[in-house]
Amino acid sequence: MSDIEQRVKKIVCEQLGANEADVKNTSSFVDDLGADSLDTVELVMALEEEFDCEIPDEEAEKITTVQQAIDYVNANLK
Amino acid sequence: MSDQQVALVTGASRGIGAAIARALGKQGAVIIGTATSASGAEAITAHLKAAGVNGVGMALDVTQSEQIDAVLKQISEQYGDVTILVNNAGITKDTLLMRMKDEDWDAVLNTNLKSVFRMSQAVLRPMMKARQGRIINISSVVGHMGNAGQTNYAAAKAGMTGFTKSMAQEVGSRGITVNCVAPGFIDTDMTAELPEEIKAKMLERIAVGRLGQAEEIAATVAFLASPAAAYITGETIHVNGGMYCA
Repeated sequence: MSDIEQRVKKIVCEQLGANEADVKNTSSFVDDLGADSLDTVELVMALEEEFDCEIPDEEAEKITTVQQAIDYVNANLK
Repeated sequence: MSDQQVALVTGASRGIGAAIARALGKQGAVIIGTATSASGAEAITAHLKAAGVNGVGMALDVTQSEQIDAVLKQISEQYGDVTILVNNAGITKDTLLMRMKDEDWDAVLNTNLKSVFRMSQAVLRPMMKARQGRIINISSVVGHMGNAGQTNYAAAKAGMTGFTKSMAQEVGSRGITVNCVAPGFIDTDMTAELPEEIKAKMLERIAVGRLGQAEEIAATVAFLASPAAAYITGETIHVNGGMYCA
């Protein structure tokens, strides 16, 4: 598991109170991990904090699964 | 709730804000009271000290986002994150609508309403993380009953009510409550400016037959800030001596 993948999953676990075992790359925040709209906003804010970046709203909307979060960070972070 | 509460009270140099700062201080919170000027902030520090309250005054213009960010950073470094926010800062620019200028409208909406948006947003992130928080907005009876000469002020205060109800629904699941306290006719510098005949007319309408004291508003705020009020959110508590029964 890459460093970024690990960090993203750690944040997802913390924010959504999910078990590590349940957080798979394909997991959807809302459908699989039970996030509500406020959870997803908090999650994006936590990702911004962790990776010291700003995720625009229109991009944030597209991040609905663990893999999408990992991809976003990989693509936008150097 | 964690042991040490940190309360930020805007517009705390006099009147209702000063009384709220004292009341929350007596309840054990560390108080940060704000005023627009440095001399006002110093006066707050002195006032809190004289009242035996642990706290300090800071200069803050609630219409300036950069200042809000800077003050909150300073508070969190020195005292910890804000756990109680009291949006009390407010101004009036009274005149009949026929004569109201854009500047009168904008100044009042910006200071009294937009500041609530800015301040509440600025303290929200740590409150969400902590899963606790209290936001108390000081509105006004005028926002509910209207008052000739105060279309701007009444609109701002009524706007606060809608803001409060909406925000309460957004953050309730995180242990954060958002409420209004709506003072009636309170004996402060703001109401002292009113002409005598208006005051006399107002008094006729107050069931209790006297002006309210700032401490009577502060006591209600202190209650809403306490753990005992955890199940009250999105609500407005009217403290007006029966002047208006909502």
